[in-house]
Amino acid sequence: MDVSGFPVERSIRPYLIGLGLALILTAIPFALVATHALPRLTTLVIIAIAAVIQILVHLGFFLHIGFRSTPRENLIAMAFAAVLIVFMVGGTLWIMFDLHHRMMV
Amino acid sequence: MTATTTMDATPISHEKYEERAFGFWIYLMSDAIIFALLFATYVVMLGNTAGGPTGKELFSLERAAGETALLLLSSATFGFAAVALANADKSRSLLWLLVTVALGAGFLFLEFREFRGMIAQGAGPDRSGFLSAFFTLVGTHGVHVSIGILGIFVIIGQVLIKGLTTPVVSRLARLGLFWHFLDIIWVAIFSVVYLPGLF
Amino acid sequence: MEIFGRLTIDSLPFYSAIAASGAAVTMLGALSVMALITYFGAWRLVLFDWVSSLDHKKIGIMYIMIALVMLLRGFIDAAMMRSQQAIAYNNDGYLPPGHFDQIFTSHGTIMIFFMAMPFLSGLINLIMPQQIGARDVAFPFMNSVNLWLTAAGAGLVLISLVIGQFSTAGWTGYPPYSGAEYNPGVGVDYWLWAVLISGVGSTMSGINFLVTIIKCRAPGMYLFRMPLFTWTVFVTSILMIFAFPALTVACGMLALDRTFGMHFFTNAMGGNMMNYINLFWLWGHPEVYILILPAFGVFSEVVATFSQKRLFGYISLVLATVAIGLLSFTVWLHHFFTMGSSANVNAFFGIMTTIIAVPTGVKVFDWLLTMYRGRIIFKPPMLFTIGFLVTFVIGGLSGVLLAMPPVDYLLHNTTFLIAHFHNMIIPGVLFGYLAGYMFWFPKAFGFKLNEKWGAWSFWCWIIGFYIAFMPLYVLGLMGMPRRMEHYDVAAWQMHLIIAAVGAFIIFLGIVCLGVQLALSIRDRQQALDLTGDPWNGRSLEWATSSPPAPYNFAVLPKVRSVDAFWDMKQRGVAYHQPDRYVDLVLPKNSFIGAFIGGAGFVFGFAMVWYMWWLAVLCLAAIALAVIVRASDDDTDYVMLASDVKEIEDARCAELAKAPRNEMADDPGFAGEPVLEASA
Repeated sequence: MDVSGFPVERSIRPYLIGLGLALILTAIPFALVATHALPRLTTLVIIAIAAVIQILVHLGFFLHIGFRSTPRENLIAMAFAAVLIVFMVGGTLWIMFDLHHRMMV
Repeated sequence: MTATTTMDATPISHEKYEERAFGFWIYLMSDAIIFALLFATYVVMLGNTAGGPTGKELFSLERAAGETALLLLSSATFGFAAVALANADKSRSLLWLLVTVALGAGFLFLEFREFRGMIAQGAGPDRSGFLSAFFTLVGTHGVHVSIGILGIFVIIGQVLIKGLTTPVVSRLARLGLFWHFLDIIWVAIFSVVYLPGLF
Repeated sequence: MEIFGRLTIDSLPFYSAIAASGAAVTMLGALSVMALITYFGAWRLVLFDWVSSLDHKKIGIMYIMIALVMLLRGFIDAAMMRSQQAIAYNNDGYLPPGHFDQIFTSHGTIMIFFMAMPFLSGLINLIMPQQIGARDVAFPFMNSVNLWLTAAGAGLVLISLVIGQFSTAGWTGYPPYSGAEYNPGVGVDYWLWAVLISGVGSTMSGINFLVTIIKCRAPGMYLFRMPLFTWTVFVTSILMIFAFPALTVACGMLALDRTFGMHFFTNAMGGNMMNYINLFWLWGHPEVYILILPAFGVFSEVVATFSQKRLFGYISLVLATVAIGLLSFTVWLHHFFTMGSSANVNAFFGIMTTIIAVPTGVKVFDWLLTMYRGRIIFKPPMLFTIGFLVTFVIGGLSGVLLAMPPVDYLLHNTTFLIAHFHNMIIPGVLFGYLAGYMFWFPKAFGFKLNEKWGAWSFWCWIIGFYIAFMPLYVLGLMGMPRRMEHYDVAAWQMHLIIAAVGAFIIFLGIVCLGVQLALSIRDRQQALDLTGDPWNGRSLEWATSSPPAPYNFAVLPKVRSVDAFWDMKQRGVAYHQPDRYVDLVLPKNSFIGAFIGGAGFVFGFAMVWYMWWLAVLCLAAIALAVIVRASDDDTDYVMLASDVKEIEDARCAELAKAPRNEMADDPGFAGEPVLEASA
């Protein structure tokens, strides 16, 4: 951790690795949609998984988030935000689709 | 009987930068909630096309791919700028920052063309609930990118005028967090909006 | 493109006598304030010592000033509603419906956004940094910005009385009624921008407080040694950070609908107005916990100090607070049980709602057990606390009743609901912040408030509360809906008349607060707090002088236990002076926070009246201000050790003038004199 409060990264290697992985993880879902090679549900699941992995790649290689390198309070804040997003988005989808089902709105 | 003194006062201490880094991180978490709710609204309103055009009719896979490539590359080039900065290479860092701006501007240009085209064919945000949700989600991301580009210009100015001082470097680090965060949101956008919409 | 947008001469309130008088009173109020400042020759002081101050203590005091002024303004709304409903049986009363609707809207909006939020932000700002042994909050400049953004929001509500009208859509602003089709006028827009602008301030305040608590604690101040007030602030800040984005999204989308013709919540064209309600209450439920948790924190401090006993069950209080914070994100649907969800959805949220009552119950027992076997001192903050303990529980019980969907189907949007939430907010939030105001007033200003008038204020408030709101429970069970401008059920009128009497008694309570303040200022020399510790307190804010030095602590305290200051007093190290002082770094004053607030106000005004050129100009001005500040690396100044020494020496001289604990004359006082004679 340097004086600016962030981990210092002196080499471009993580960015190159991250870029490479991200490109692959982008190309796969785009290709699947372009070619319609797999059925819809399977494609959607692969898109979702690739997105999650790519987000982790961004967090690890671009933002240098790591269990040891990142301060604990930052990790806890991120975990808390993730939990809340699950509640809020999940709850919203549950409520709104339930209402849609019952009242066709 | 007196307590010993403590050297607890230093000008712009290391602690201050840690506080700013942490505070900015928390701000990004709150921004994540905003985007999460915009995504939730988009999904809820997917079918609310009010007889108007759907995503399949409006989106373009090529353009989405172009936007994605530009933004992803810009994240990498921002990283190159940050590395140059860490190695105290002022001119290289400025170069990569300018490349980042160009890539970001390219992204915005494509997006602007996309929005303008949709509005021209009567598929603007006032056409249906689905389109309101689309324009707001993607548009909010675009507004953030614009602010990021403005921020990069400000930092470039500060680097030119003040040099690579600690405050300037710390601001660039926070801006980097912001920029990478926006690319993460974009991954979600193409995964939730464009790809499923175009399938 | 019109320069004035849709602003015309007709926007002035000459269409009704009541509107015109409201406008006149508002203008008169603003002008009197300016006249008073001019009369006392205090413009330099006001501008250069207060408006531009980045000192958390001054910012806290200014927040509380906003809260007290808006309490009065919001109360006038309440008085008008009560008097209207008392007489409007089978007649129209004196308030036409459009007016009545504006009044209930502004009452709720003001009390929540511009009374309770500033009150808690003010107390937190004033006290929390001192409680953790810090010199200021983490981001003093942002603190100033947030204050002035809140003021901007309040300003928009106030100016709606003078130019244009306020919203008639309730403080929750449900579409489609609040949309452009049914409400094309300026009222809802005023409401939207007041809420959005102050909401940004609240989100950023949450960030500020959280970082301060995590990063700025004194050495030895571990999380589990923090006072309970700071713990509640900690959880409150988390709620502020994560809940306000939902409000920004809900109101932002409504603003997009209204301003740009989008269809998030419109009747046709694919709008889904139920999503507004979902998003609004995603914010709204955590919001009520944002309002109450700091009040719980105040009660914890007050009950321990005035029972002269250590707080009972510290860990359970902390865990209960954290549990409340977490659970507050899981209950929001109970605000719209009747919207039509299926039984499973309603049941889940109903169960979660009953569960969230449990940790609050734990806290009530902890407070009662703190009092048990204590030596109680019945000063006004303690009166408010005891009043809270009895009355709030009743409100909680009515809440558990409402948590059951079938019951809620009968009682939703009746006056039963009104009674329930006022039964939480008045004894909970308001009594808590009034207790905090009276408890910490000496710390802020260096002299104590008049206790007799404080006690009378309490009695008027609590008696007035019961008389005003218990009839509303009965009326709700009798089927009376909320927000009725007139009615034709004879059986209701008696209860409404009683409720109006209660409102009048509350008015007397407010008068007592005013008298208390005036008399206390007049008599301040007889009630000076020379030690900084008027109540024989337990936490670190009592270690500083009253009022504290700009830097709070010349030497950061070394904390060894919970109740850090009490522990220092017991060990005899509370008032030691160091051999040497060091230079201290403090933030310079800055007008940029007020500038941003002012630009925010004008921006909101411009958006309301469709003056797009002005809105863009204000955004540019704000951006410029931010860039200027972000490019400024010379924002602090150094206070030399010699100046620090001067201030500390003066403090020690004052301490010498008051060698015994000031509470020692109180009946029931059981504590030790806590000051050692300075050498």
